[in-house]
Amino acid sequence: MAHAPEAHAGEAHAHAEEAFIWKYVFSKNHRIIGIQYYITAMVMALVAGLLAMLIRLQLAWPARDWAFLAKIFPMGYDAGGGFGVMRPEFYAMLFTMHGTIMVFFVLSTAPVSGFGNLLIPLQSGARDMAFPFLNGLSYWTFLVGCVVILTSFFVGAGAAAGGWTAYPPLSALKGAVPGSETGQTFWIVGMVFFIAAFTMGGLNFVTTIINLRTKGLSPLRMPMTLWAMFLVAVLGLLAFPALIAACIMLIFDRHFGTSFFLPTGLVLNNAPMLGPDGKFLHQGGSPLLWQHLFWFLGHPEVYILMLPALGFTSDILTNFARKPLFGYKSMVGAMCAIGGLSFIVWGHHMFVSGMNPYLAMAFAVGTILIAVPSAVKVFNWLATLRGARIRFNTPMLWAMGVVSLFISGGLSGVWLAQSAPDIQLHDTMFVAAHFHLIMAGAALFGVFGATSYWFPKMFGRMMNDTLGKAHFWFTFIAYYCTFFPMHYIGIAGHLRRIYDPYQYEFLKPLQPINEFITISALVLGVSQILFFINFFWSAFAGKKAGENPWEANGLEWTTASPPPHGNWPGAIPAVHRWPYEYANPDFPKDHVMQTEPLTAAEQQEKAAEGPSRHEH
Amino acid sequence: MGKLQGLLFALATVALVVLATFYFTRTWLPPLKSDRAAIDHAIWLSLVVTGAVFILTNLLLAYFSWRYQDDGQTRAAYWHHNPRLEWAWTLVTALIMCTFLFKALNLWAEVTSPPPADAMLIEVTGQQFAWNVRYPGPDGMLGRTDHLLASQENPIGLDKTDPHAADDVLLLNQLVLPQNRPVRVQIRSMDVIHSFFLPNFRVKQDAVPGMTVQIWFTPKETGDYEIACAEHCGLGHYRMRGQVHVVAADGFDKALADAAGQ
Amino acid sequence: MSTEVLKKSPAPALDRGGPGGRGPGGQDDDGREGPELFYDPARFGLWLFLGTLTMMFIGFTSAYMVRRLAPDWIQLRPPGLLWANTAALLLSSGTLEVARRRLRGWNVAGVGPWLRATGALGALFLAGQLAAWRVLVSRGYFVGSSPHNSFFYLLSGVHGVHLVVGLIWFGVVLVKARRLAYTPGQDGLGMFATYWHFLTGLWVYLLLLFFVF
Repeated sequence: MAHAPEAHAGEAHAHAEEAFIWKYVFSKNHRIIGIQYYITAMVMALVAGLLAMLIRLQLAWPARDWAFLAKIFPMGYDAGGGFGVMRPEFYAMLFTMHGTIMVFFVLSTAPVSGFGNLLIPLQSGARDMAFPFLNGLSYWTFLVGCVVILTSFFVGAGAAAGGWTAYPPLSALKGAVPGSETGQTFWIVGMVFFIAAFTMGGLNFVTTIINLRTKGLSPLRMPMTLWAMFLVAVLGLLAFPALIAACIMLIFDRHFGTSFFLPTGLVLNNAPMLGPDGKFLHQGGSPLLWQHLFWFLGHPEVYILMLPALGFTSDILTNFARKPLFGYKSMVGAMCAIGGLSFIVWGHHMFVSGMNPYLAMAFAVGTILIAVPSAVKVFNWLATLRGARIRFNTPMLWAMGVVSLFISGGLSGVWLAQSAPDIQLHDTMFVAAHFHLIMAGAALFGVFGATSYWFPKMFGRMMNDTLGKAHFWFTFIAYYCTFFPMHYIGIAGHLRRIYDPYQYEFLKPLQPINEFITISALVLGVSQILFFINFFWSAFAGKKAGENPWEANGLEWTTASPPPHGNWPGAIPAVHRWPYEYANPDFPKDHVMQTEPLTAAEQQEKAAEGPSRHEH
Repeated sequence: MGKLQGLLFALATVALVVLATFYFTRTWLPPLKSDRAAIDHAIWLSLVVTGAVFILTNLLLAYFSWRYQDDGQTRAAYWHHNPRLEWAWTLVTALIMCTFLFKALNLWAEVTSPPPADAMLIEVTGQQFAWNVRYPGPDGMLGRTDHLLASQENPIGLDKTDPHAADDVLLLNQLVLPQNRPVRVQIRSMDVIHSFFLPNFRVKQDAVPGMTVQIWFTPKETGDYEIACAEHCGLGHYRMRGQVHVVAADGFDKALADAAGQ
Repeated sequence: MSTEVLKKSPAPALDRGGPGGRGPGGQDDDGREGPELFYDPARFGLWLFLGTLTMMFIGFTSAYMVRRLAPDWIQLRPPGLLWANTAALLLSSGTLEVARRRLRGWNVAGVGPWLRATGALGALFLAGQLAAWRVLVSRGYFVGSSPHNSFFYLLSGVHGVHLVVGLIWFGVVLVKARRLAYTPGQDGLGMFATYWHFLTGLWVYLLLLFFVF
């Protein structure tokens, strides 16, 4: 029967100490790999954050001399005689790479690959992910992608400069903008590596969650974080292939003379692009094809960024509210609905693209309706808070921040979902406000919350709560000050991706607001120093953590911090209940762990009622 | 200490509500100069409804943060579902969204409807980094273009051998429009994707090479307004600026001739 | 698709959750049953990956179909070599199945020749594809010459790359078979066969898409 594996589990730890390189570098352990992803994402975030600061300096004070910046980034500024005015080609690279790095290499990575790898085996009750070797391989593939992307700044005429959305013909024609020379090729190659790595991760996530859950962990007893990781992996497996297909076709258009995205009749710099036979080099392609393929990924992608934060928030909120999650089944349903709907709304990025207006209508339907499950999640969180006994530790503050940003950012989505108002708001800073609040903000705050919450499981220590709170307040206030005003200037018509807005009379009055935003952004950037200090200091010298420092219920809190090899020293515990059993008056403590067997009274109740709809 | 954080969060949330609401009551939209007032109404309605939700949910968030803090002694309430309440708020939200959807689809149908028969025809061709504007002239027909003929002197590749091309009026970065007359604009591009944006008219349409997309609208007030490019198109994207001159209908022909003469 | 294929091979090298994995009659004390899943994770993962690959080819297919509607579409005439290549690939799937069944049927000696035939036919297919490309180029049909050409080179190329991966996997399989690392009576070749047959099926689909429909 089942005894042999159990005994084996106890003996699992009698093998030799691994060499450092196999234990910490080319590791196959999910916790180490998760930390590797996390730290790499941090580095990428520093780069992308720096790019953002440069963008903000330009928007607030264009044509200003930045002599010291010209010294640091000579390729980006017209230096000479002490003048350091940013070059337009540099600006285009900045916003392109800021978006690319943040969306893929930071915010798809830290919450998903970072925390997913850390938490999935722990929350599922598994020794490791289903494919540990593939897991390690995925990290190193991802790292190659990072290197390629970062190297792109230093090749040829610089990094890609066609926007993170890389619309052809701008990204396909080498002469259209300097970044579309070698830089764009490096972008594509970097993305191919990233997608390969993400796919490997997705295979691991889904297989582990479906196959390796411990006894008793039925789907409706899974924590919301686990649900989120599952859905995110499914989304990725189904959606990223469209972008890879598009990237390969773009490579062909750029290097092999095909015309997947390039139409007939292209005239660059007043010179028709002709082949040796006197006919147009490119014939019959469609720029809109790229947009469809890109956004088929692009829209699920933004939910990939956001869903983990929503999962973290539910887990953290309940823990610190000391109250069960309100409407758990609807929360799961809402998350699944959001995930499913995310596949049929991509065209809302293309309302003014020239696509068929009937198609636009079809996309508006799903886009407006996706507000419903999103609203349900907010209401359920609010209901969870009502009647709670809230402990405002650092993780709780971040979770509350996620709720706040989700409300703010989500509501502006209702404006954009309507295709006609979108005519005025498309490609303005209103859109930038929307996605920075809901997607970037929720994801970022989710990562910070998850970090402070699960830090014990990463490093066996607690982060400093005072420093954490200070970091939260600076970030929360500076974040809103940076991004909320973008709604207003966007309504006023302030365009995106614009090197010098004040060439337009109607935008000149907005400069003071841009200055305010830039100063707030600088404060936001500098405030992150608090996080770095806290993170690295605590990893080595923070207060040592016990198994369950937050008095939580999940499986990950039933083992040491950090977990030993194999995650549990003996047998893996079985699960008997859902993870949100807080404040039950029938129990001595205000929380009951998932692994706690049913009491006699509970068993009687179950026997009397039969298999119940109730979570426990 | 815990109580302080809760209070701070509540205050910060209230401050957000107050400031956000205050600034949203100001007028940000560029003054409307076209017949697309319905778009402004839709934006206003979005503001009012989402604003109400924003205020309500944030005030609840603030209140709960302040009121339900851990006292170290009592437990939280144990209830965690209420099917009637959940159905209620789901249905109400769905109803509100369906209303938005219905209105949005109707408005879109209106905006994308075919132009009236008497709409004046104009062609706008974007290129890196200018707007080439073309009027059909007295014969009412635009001359043939062939991109093979494009050159420095002839950026849109006008086929001068076509009889209809002879009276075409070409302007650069300028549009002259008669007041109160519908105009249909055929939007094209020579090289990359641009976007023809008239902030005062609530008009925006991507200019895609290989496609001709037609939109129409009616300018309502005389004056000078700006054209902007709203799709990143390269180094000069930020300076693809143009001017729209809306003149009284009876002065249109002269105004156009003046503009062409320059 | 028979679920039998997905059932766990009874040779677990790793401790996959001890008794916590859903053992027979996976009930926990309070009478609720855990989900009954006996999928071998490796096979499950492979099917997920095939799903991802399918999505990529669906993306290509949709691009192809929309492009095909345009009036400037010129249909490429397939070089005869393609049919020979297809035959080779189909045959290789056949020989692989024979090898696989031999292994399952305890006929270990019979596995080697059929396995080698599979690899040879697969390599033949690949060589034939490259040769077919050369034929097209010699006829003046370059990758950029027409959209049908472009899609053909693109998709046969992407398929070919995945076949190269298949051949590398074959190399590993061959080495393992030589070392008698496969347990007779079990479906050790199952995963490789699934991938290989998928590529065969995919090629047939592409052929039909390009030249029949």
